[in-house]
Amino acid sequence: MAEVSDPSEPTEPIEPTEPIESTESIDSDGPDMAEKTARSFDTSDSSPPLLEAKGLTKRFPGVVANDSVDLTLHEGEILGLLGENGAGKSTLVKMLFGIHQPDEGEIYFRGERVTNDGPGDAIARGIAMVHQHFQLVPPLTVAENIVLGAEPTSGGFFQRRAAEARVKEISEQYGLTVNPRDIVDDLPVGIQQRVEILKALYRGARLLILDEPTAVLTPQETDELLAILRDLAADGVGIIFITHKLREVLEVTDRVTVLRGGKGVGTSTTKGATTASLAEMMVGRSVVFRVEKPEAETGDVVLRVQDLKVRDQRRQMAVDGASLEVAAGEILGVAGVEGNGQRELVEAITGIRPIVGGSATVLDQRVVHKPRTVRDMGVAYIPEDRERDGLVGTYSIADNMVLASYNRPPFATRGVRDFDQVDDLAERLVEEFDVRTPGIDVAVQTLSGGNKQKVIVARELSVPKALVVASQPTRGVDVGSIEFIHEQLVAARDAGAAVLLVSAELDEIFSLADRIAVLYEGRIVTTLDPNTTTREEVGLFMAGGGERAPH
Amino acid sequence: MEKRASLSSVVLPLIAVVLGLVLGALLILISGDNPITAYRGLLSGSLGGSDAIGRTLEKATPLVMGGLAVAFAFKAGLFNIGGQGQLLLGAAFAGWAGYALDLPAIIHIPFAMLLGGLAASVLGAVAGLLKATRGTHEVISTIMLNFVAANFTEWLVSRDGPWKDPEGGSLARTPEILSSAELPRWGPLPTGFLVAVAAAVFIWWLVKKSTLGFEIRTVGANPNAATYAGISVTRITVIAMGLSAMLAGIGGAIQTQGVNGRFEPGFNTGLGFDGITIALLARTNPIAVIPSAMLIGALDAGSTQMQSLTDVEPEIISVIQAMILFFVAAPSAVRWLLRQRDLGDEPEMQLATGWGG
Amino acid sequence: MGRLVATATPDTDIGTTRRAEPSAMVRWATRNWLTILAIVAVIIGTYFAYQWDSRQTTAVAAGTIRQATPLILAGMCGLVGERSGIINIGIEGQMLLAAFCGFMVTSYSVDALTSGPALAAGIIAAMAVAAVAGLFLAWTAIRLKMDQIIAGTVINIFAIGATSFFFVQGRTMPKVPNWTVSSLEEIPLIGRLFFDHGPLTYAAFAVVALFHVTMFHTRWGLRTRAIGEHPGAADTVGVKVLRLRYVNLAIGGALAGLAGFSLLQSAGVFNRGMTNGKGFIALAVMIFGRWRPMGVLAAALIFGFFNAMQSQLQFKQAFDIPPQFFGMIPFVLTIAVLAIAGVRARPPAAVGQPFESE
Repeated sequence: MAEVSDPSEPTEPIEPTEPIESTESIDSDGPDMAEKTARSFDTSDSSPPLLEAKGLTKRFPGVVANDSVDLTLHEGEILGLLGENGAGKSTLVKMLFGIHQPDEGEIYFRGERVTNDGPGDAIARGIAMVHQHFQLVPPLTVAENIVLGAEPTSGGFFQRRAAEARVKEISEQYGLTVNPRDIVDDLPVGIQQRVEILKALYRGARLLILDEPTAVLTPQETDELLAILRDLAADGVGIIFITHKLREVLEVTDRVTVLRGGKGVGTSTTKGATTASLAEMMVGRSVVFRVEKPEAETGDVVLRVQDLKVRDQRRQMAVDGASLEVAAGEILGVAGVEGNGQRELVEAITGIRPIVGGSATVLDQRVVHKPRTVRDMGVAYIPEDRERDGLVGTYSIADNMVLASYNRPPFATRGVRDFDQVDDLAERLVEEFDVRTPGIDVAVQTLSGGNKQKVIVARELSVPKALVVASQPTRGVDVGSIEFIHEQLVAARDAGAAVLLVSAELDEIFSLADRIAVLYEGRIVTTLDPNTTTREEVGLFMAGGGERAPH
Repeated sequence: MEKRASLSSVVLPLIAVVLGLVLGALLILISGDNPITAYRGLLSGSLGGSDAIGRTLEKATPLVMGGLAVAFAFKAGLFNIGGQGQLLLGAAFAGWAGYALDLPAIIHIPFAMLLGGLAASVLGAVAGLLKATRGTHEVISTIMLNFVAANFTEWLVSRDGPWKDPEGGSLARTPEILSSAELPRWGPLPTGFLVAVAAAVFIWWLVKKSTLGFEIRTVGANPNAATYAGISVTRITVIAMGLSAMLAGIGGAIQTQGVNGRFEPGFNTGLGFDGITIALLARTNPIAVIPSAMLIGALDAGSTQMQSLTDVEPEIISVIQAMILFFVAAPSAVRWLLRQRDLGDEPEMQLATGWGG
Repeated sequence: MGRLVATATPDTDIGTTRRAEPSAMVRWATRNWLTILAIVAVIIGTYFAYQWDSRQTTAVAAGTIRQATPLILAGMCGLVGERSGIINIGIEGQMLLAAFCGFMVTSYSVDALTSGPALAAGIIAAMAVAAVAGLFLAWTAIRLKMDQIIAGTVINIFAIGATSFFFVQGRTMPKVPNWTVSSLEEIPLIGRLFFDHGPLTYAAFAVVALFHVTMFHTRWGLRTRAIGEHPGAADTVGVKVLRLRYVNLAIGGALAGLAGFSLLQSAGVFNRGMTNGKGFIALAVMIFGRWRPMGVLAAALIFGFFNAMQSQLQFKQAFDIPPQFFGMIPFVLTIAVLAIAGVRARPPAAVGQPFESE
């Protein structure tokens, strides 16, 4: 069923083309574009569009999240909603779905003006949303999740069999295979997403909003999802597809609306657009897709992981015999779909999680289950979830800068802290690492994602290290900060550190890594050379389908 | 910003106290007494004259320690409701050291106090260890340990108990402590109160200025980040609970050495709960614990006078306390009641994070 | 348990790969083999104990049920709250308030009514006051977003203060009669065990059965489980999360009220602080029972058994152990149970967290 992605899909790094003046709608940019718009939808001529939003504005204290945004969607159409983090995509769809109320502007659904007073209203009208974080109740079954809120009952009793039968029926109708009796918690992410879509269909959705649905999927799962979306659209469902992955937009959407800084930058038909043109609309300037970096000058092996076994929170073997090596002066990129043992791998290497089998050594010293000892071996760690692991949100920037060195000279002597020394360091690092803040006493939780990450990077990379472990270092970070953080990682490499980069973003892996290791079900299934491999090959290995390369 | 926060951290507790007293007055009215006479009795019994003030300070002393115990544990994200049991252990062990050992006062007084504190800290450390290694929620374990400690100390001085006063007849108590273990009184001022003030200052310093304090606060604010930074959450949880319990235990020791002169079970029940009110009234600031404890101590000290004037049962005090605790724990309730939004955006304290490990 | 990994083969039909499903009965038995084993062991054990010493066995068995009664009801109160996502640390206070109000209402109304209706009025008052306390907890948690543990503590402190403040010494109330089933109660052991208890004991067992069915087979149960695990998900599909939490906390409160009155059923009179930690032990019972009604029943019976053994041994002075050490048993047991069973327990995911509908 899965249509493999378009073979002409560009895999080479894209050279930016000339910037387009993209503050206006590019619909009107020329006869070429106009022609494409015209061929898109015949149905739209006679009947009103499925959804029309005019001049939607939403203000939050201190920010205008959406500033007079327009959006149109026809039945059976897939509209891509493109924009950077913080561009206002989520706010916009939350208004459409009734979670937020617009401060200004109007929403028309099937030609009628509507105000959705809460998601319940929107659902009743046939508008459904698949959230980025699934809105599923993990310990309940698939059927229970799908019917929740609109359960078949008789005399107050829940009609389990009726619910299961109905779920089976819809899932067969749309080719979304699920077992209604499975516990959602036990299902892979791709299947959980199907449950979310089925939830929408069960409620008779005519408009489906998907908020970054592919962020957690393998390329193969993504292809399946895109195929499903095409089928749904063929059935007349209108789909709004939020993403920042340009290739997906090109592959599946009919039109694209681009947001930047809360404003609608423009709407374009997909045919004829290129990744480069969309990226420029999205970012507003030429984007360097590849970090400039000299060839790696590798030295001795710093990190040696052999047949490593690590258990996860539920005591399952999440890392199950992984082996890898990282030498001084190189970046090893670990690619993989989330949940294949990444977290456990890096936490074991950094001493946070116990190793139950095999070994990890840094400069021939064995890694033990003591984070402080591992740090003293010269290991820096940029954790995946910075708010959860890397920062204390209520602490000042200064305190966060010494989070791991608070107890050693010059920041403390014999158990008493020296605040002058701490402040001096913080002032220096804020300057050096370009943390945008009114001062070092500001609580770190008030900073933006990018500045938070810079605090961590400053703390971890300001002193030369033997090994740098960076996990999803640019997740949820603005483009400017991404470049800065990438430069810092390359600088650490060039200074002779071994860098282990774990990322779910293939773009990041391809632009930074000197070698690519693919993690699948707790094992490193292959190691590839970024200069000779392709995204497709890596994707295949990520899905467990690749030919295992000889070690 | 700093200014505004400190304003609301003074104003809100004050409003909470006033609201508590107003509702208490309503209850007194319902039970058929005159609240004005009652409160006048309360006032004269707690602040009218040096005797009354001395009594207030005496009552406030274990309250300062109990409040510190709760406030300090809060810093590590722990809720120690076991102050009562910890106090009993402290009082009992200080009582034993007070009568069984013969030492010069300069050693005897601090030794008995520390022994009481250490005995209590073992109880707290057990709760901390269970929390850190077995995921046993400290709210349940400390309350259960209250009952264990109550039974244990009762046995110590019971008919067959090892520390029973042989001259006490059927009375369950230890012999009287030696005068070398007694905390002296300077005029109306019980020196035990000075010990409590010193403890509050020390805890303030520990939390603010020491690396241990940084570790404790980090574990309290974000245990994951603490682990990441190389701080052992287990170690800090045990230390924090142990120290917290030690504070309550020293409070019990002061009670024995400065007030009762021996250990008798069943005194000062409900101290653990008082400590919660006081700690929250002080917004967990160790220095602010002192005035908060004095306030509750004054209510306590004055309640006898109030009863003799009006027949109002002294238990009204714990009702008033419950209301003060409620208002102080829910600033939004105060805002809601007063229809007032500009009292600062004091965040509600969040402790309840489930039972799991 | 499956890990969140991608399926390697995209088109696998998940449904058809399963083997033919065995009959419902067999499936139930394979899933609950440990329970079945335990029940069999208890029956056999009781049989031999009875052969060995019929009087004491009967006393301990009946005592187990009696001691378990308040724990079952209070544990169910905790369960209904936590299943909806709210920690109820104030059960102790709810029980105390309920016992107090139940006692006062019965005591004052017995002259006007007869003892039967007076007791009924007392039970209703007990349920009502504890339900109000439950609503208070829900209000503080939902509306004020107060920390739920502190809110529960407020209830506890208030209950201690208020019940002491308003307590009038020397009043009495009529005894709660045992409901016996004539002829059946005379069966040795079985009669005392099952057919000779106060009405609240029967109520406790009925409550367990009722909630076992409703929690897993009704719309209310499905929604309750959903809001305790992922209120956001329930909210987006139109479940009224906050309203359901209010309702459930009131229901839970009523159960705590029954638990409080059941203390009067065995004590016959109100005493200050008569709950004696049972509200907290009930939370341990709930955790030990894995947040399931049948689990709560089993855990409460285990606690009841140890309590009954304790009082029986203490009464017989079978060992030369001071009574205070016997007194510690339930509390030490609670800690031990939590330390052993609590580790693997998985509470409803949303417990304790304030929820804001977006």
